[in-house]
Amino acid sequence: MKILVPVKRVLDYNVKPRVKADGTGVDLANVKMSMNPFDEIGVEEAIRLKEKGVATEIIAVSVGPAKAQETLRTALAMGADRAILVQTDDAVEPLALAKIFKAIADAEQPGLVILGKQAIDDDNNQTGQMLAALTGWAQGTFASAVNVEGDSVNVTREVDGGLETVKLKLPAIVTTDLRLNEPRYASLPNIMKAKSKPLDTKSPADYGVDTAPRVKVVKVSEPAARSAGIKVADVDELVAKLKAMGVHS
Amino acid sequence: MKTLVWVEHDGSAVKDATLAAVTAASKLGEVHLLVAGSGVDAVAKEAAAIAGVGKVHVADNAAFGHNLPENIAPLVAELMASHDAFVVPATTTGKNIAPRVAALLDVMQISEILSVEGPKTFTRPIYAGNAIATVESSDAKLVLTVRGTAFEKAATSGGSGAVEAVGSGSDAGISSFVGAEIAKSERPELTSAKIIVSGGRALGSSEKYEEVIVPLADKLGAALGASRAAVDAGYVPNDYQVGQTGKIVAPQVYFAIGISGAIQHLAGMKDSKTIVAINKDEDAPIFQVADFGLVADLFNAVPELTGKI
Repeated sequence: MKILVPVKRVLDYNVKPRVKADGTGVDLANVKMSMNPFDEIGVEEAIRLKEKGVATEIIAVSVGPAKAQETLRTALAMGADRAILVQTDDAVEPLALAKIFKAIADAEQPGLVILGKQAIDDDNNQTGQMLAALTGWAQGTFASAVNVEGDSVNVTREVDGGLETVKLKLPAIVTTDLRLNEPRYASLPNIMKAKSKPLDTKSPADYGVDTAPRVKVVKVSEPAARSAGIKVADVDELVAKLKAMGVHS
Repeated sequence: MKTLVWVEHDGSAVKDATLAAVTAASKLGEVHLLVAGSGVDAVAKEAAAIAGVGKVHVADNAAFGHNLPENIAPLVAELMASHDAFVVPATTTGKNIAPRVAALLDVMQISEILSVEGPKTFTRPIYAGNAIATVESSDAKLVLTVRGTAFEKAATSGGSGAVEAVGSGSDAGISSFVGAEIAKSERPELTSAKIIVSGGRALGSSEKYEEVIVPLADKLGAALGASRAAVDAGYVPNDYQVGQTGKIVAPQVYFAIGISGAIQHLAGMKDSKTIVAINKDEDAPIFQVADFGLVADLFNAVPELTGKI
């Protein structure tokens, strides 16, 4: 079966986001961008399923600016077989993304779509579940284990308080949580090879999807700062402070 | 505006996160509740007593027994014909269901709201809470998830909601529940605890976590937490994790022990009322947000604190 893996180009997770002075957003000029870490885990999981002989072809797809090609090349270097860039300079909301992925899923007929549970920029945590609704497929979100067995997949999910396992009929949607796997680094030969793997460029209009935003960002501001308090000299002083607040056994 | 709040429950009792969602919904208009599950009479009764609640819609069917979104989302979409906003606690269960409902309604969901600024305007964290966005929906209906720490909990008594059975419900037949491993504990839940004692990588092992962190938590009746580094190192299970990729908490007192204070951890606990940090590195970023900082070797300081508190 084919596996479709959406990937997003985001501000690198090691970079501290800076809110722009005019309150229109976060400054992305001249800062390091990378693949969303949860999506990287999705690519890795797809590759492992291919190595196990479960998957036959991995298609990476990204919706974003021309530079999102770099993100797709990273996925190809890790082990995806081909890529589709749905090019747009507009910010595309999860609902419109899900519609684009639905159109691609209709065309490609994958057995699984593996997405990151959320992108670390907008923190929406929606696209996978929305795609599941639009396709009418089952969803295994926040996955920490994925086991394909015949025409179904068992997904172990990270839930509040522990783990839960659900059995889903294929085709299905999986969204990744952090402990699903540890993504590999692409080797230099594979990075070179990735340059010649096929990468198609499309537009949202090719899929008949209107990406006009439904939610307007009125402003973006810094969170209220928390100021540092005091350093206490020793445990006795700390105990006194805590007791004064009513904290004791 | 008529809102429909998803009641999160464990089959026998309403979960706390629901109460914050009720408060958020009450800022928008009339509050109706949806209790979906299998054998949920007791939950419905408890839900009807929540202060300020109008109607309680009860969908009792085996297909709703394990919160499978494939079965529940169509039910909610149907009920939304007569409601204007679907309001859900931003828990793992809520986050699993809400976007599936939103897409069925062709609505763009607004995730993890922190405040209600107007009938269609909300604030929400982006970039792990490093920025706060004020956003306005243009959709005809709203689908919202609510960050539990950002709203007061509605009172669990005083309400007199009218209980009404709805929706026959059916099994979509594409998903089933296999099993769960839910840690049973006498301790308070992380997300509703008044005091949390969290340990980081500096502990070095799960044995040291048991030996140093647990006795302090026991003495204070506190919940146990950990940084992602401690979880990744295998000292404690993942459901202990506080941070951007774990749980978002805001207790009265948060003890960060041997935690350096990575952005990802701060994102999960910086709204705590009082933060106490114990770390031997005086330059650790955790001290920049701590109300009380103690620069000390945790292996000496924490047992001493446990003994004296």
